[in-house]
Amino acid sequence: MEVGAESGFRTEEDRPFGQVITVTSGKGGVGKTTVTANLATALATLGYKTVAIDADIGLRNLDVVLGLENRIIYDVLDVIEGRCRLRQALIRDKRVPELCLLPASQTRDKDSIDPQQMVRVCQELREQFHFVLIDSPAGIERGFRVALAPADRVVVVTTPEVSAVRDADRVIGLLEASGKGNVGLVINRIKLGMVRRGDMLSPEDVVDVLAVALLGLIPEDEAIVVSTNRGEPVVLDGRRPSSIAFGNIARRLAGQEVPLTDLSGAEGLLARILRFMRQQP
Amino acid sequence: MSLLGRLIGHREPPSRQVARDRLQLVLVHDRIRLPAAEMAALKDELVAVLSRYFCIDTDGIEITFTQSRRMNRLIAEVPLVGSAQAQER
Repeated sequence: MEVGAESGFRTEEDRPFGQVITVTSGKGGVGKTTVTANLATALATLGYKTVAIDADIGLRNLDVVLGLENRIIYDVLDVIEGRCRLRQALIRDKRVPELCLLPASQTRDKDSIDPQQMVRVCQELREQFHFVLIDSPAGIERGFRVALAPADRVVVVTTPEVSAVRDADRVIGLLEASGKGNVGLVINRIKLGMVRRGDMLSPEDVVDVLAVALLGLIPEDEAIVVSTNRGEPVVLDGRRPSSIAFGNIARRLAGQEVPLTDLSGAEGLLARILRFMRQQP
Repeated sequence: MSLLGRLIGHREPPSRQVARDRLQLVLVHDRIRLPAAEMAALKDELVAVLSRYFCIDTDGIEITFTQSRRMNRLIAEVPLVGSAQAQER
């Protein structure tokens, strides 16, 4: 495929070519696929050639979250087993030309790929893309190990819930044991009002307990449900609180210094008055 | 918390604090992979070894785990009975 022909980069040093980032969580349902789809879209919007790989073989979903499900012909297993060339399986996003999807196979199971095969696919993709994002399956079994094998960097997604944080801790322990030290934490679905009332673990609590570097915070946002319904990643609508948060994480992944969003800044006047009243004895 | 409870000044700990405490406890056991029963066995063995050298207050023994960053630390607090001189004799 034609790569590196047109360039939106100021200098050659701006191109961090071929970084593989695996998005994982341990627990299912914390928003791994949403995070992968939005970070990939955000990186592509910033001008980086980005490919998102769905490593959840048998339970593919990245295609529907990105809205590309109707264009799948070949998948990652077709590439690995030699039924097609890599470029034939890549689906280019028409809304964000720098973004491609390498879909998972829906009819096979997670044992169909071994870690070395995933490493080889990523090796080829590294030469063509600035960022390779891998959406890991839930769990800590073989599919997880396959998704991690090629990773230069790992994004662990959690929500501020006891069960999700516990599983994140287990995953972080496994990552450290396997020498994948470059771990960044994304805390998803933060309900600011609940944190303020003392009814939800705060981002500080989660970071304290897990003791890993914080990559970013995503506020709970109903727009994400709507965007998944439509198959349009929420970052494409840049005004939502969650889109801003995803955009900030993408810029951090690209090496930019972006201060962590003070989520409390999003609080409206009415919310502040209510909070003030609540604090009165 | 109920409105009535709030009016009479009764305060439960916020559920955030409960979550934090439960999480810290469960993670200690997850990380060291030592179930509660084995922890009791560890305590018994520790008592047996230490009593050969000191007179100790077995009821006062406290074993805790702490962690700084991702390093875990076992701390055993063992009260000695009597003064050091008394034990030397």
